[in-house]
Amino acid sequence: MKNRLKVLRAERDWSQGDLADRLEVSRQSVNAIETGRYDPSLPLAFKIAELFELSIEQIFTSPSKENDQ
Amino acid sequence: MAKSQAIKRYTSRVIVLSLTYAALLCGAVYLFVHHLLSGPIAYVAAVLPALPIIGIFVAIGRYLVEENDEYLRDQFVRQALIASGFALSIATAWGFLENFDLVPHVYAYYAAILWFAGLGLGACVNKFQAMRGEP
Repeated sequence: MKNRLKVLRAERDWSQGDLADRLEVSRQSVNAIETGRYDPSLPLAFKIAELFELSIEQIFTSPSKENDQ
Repeated sequence: MAKSQAIKRYTSRVIVLSLTYAALLCGAVYLFVHHLLSGPIAYVAAVLPALPIIGIFVAIGRYLVEENDEYLRDQFVRQALIASGFALSIATAWGFLENFDLVPHVYAYYAAILWFAGLGLGACVNKFQAMRGEP
C-alpha cells in the first residue's frame, strides 16, 4: 500500500529507527511499511496516524485509488 | 527498536533446550552403547532426547504468541509455513521411494531436521523477497 511515511519521517528528521522506537516496532517493520511491502494492521495504522497527528487516509493511499494517481 | 524481547526470550529458550538435547542424547547413547538399559526404562531413556526438540516447537509457538511486532510475526509465520511445506514434501516423496525399495530407510526424526532446515530456507526466502521489494 502506497503511503507518505518516508516524507513525513523526513520532515521531522527522523531515521527509520527513530520512528520504529516511537511506534514500538522493529526498524524492519518501518522499512517494510514505508516501501509498501507490508500493510500494517488497523491498530498500527491508527498508531502511525496518531503519531503524525493525521488521519489514516492522509498517510496511506487506498488500494482502490492507487491507479488514479 | 533493538531486537524484540520475544526474540530474546525465544533465543534463550532454544539455547537452553539445545544444550539439554545434547546432554540427554549423550546420556542416552552412553547408556545404550554400554547396554545398561532394558525394559520400560529403555523406552523412557530413548524418548528423552526427543523432549527438548518438542520443546523447541513449543518455544516457536510461544514466540509467535509473544511477538508484539506484527511484521516480524508475519515473517516468521511464512518461514514456518515454508519449513512445513519443505519437510512434508520431502518426507512424503521419500516415503513412497522407500515403499518401493528405491531408497534406504530413514529414521522418522529426520522430518524434524528437515523442518529446521526448512526454517533456514524460509529465512532466505524472506530475505530474497525483501531484496526484491515484494511482500
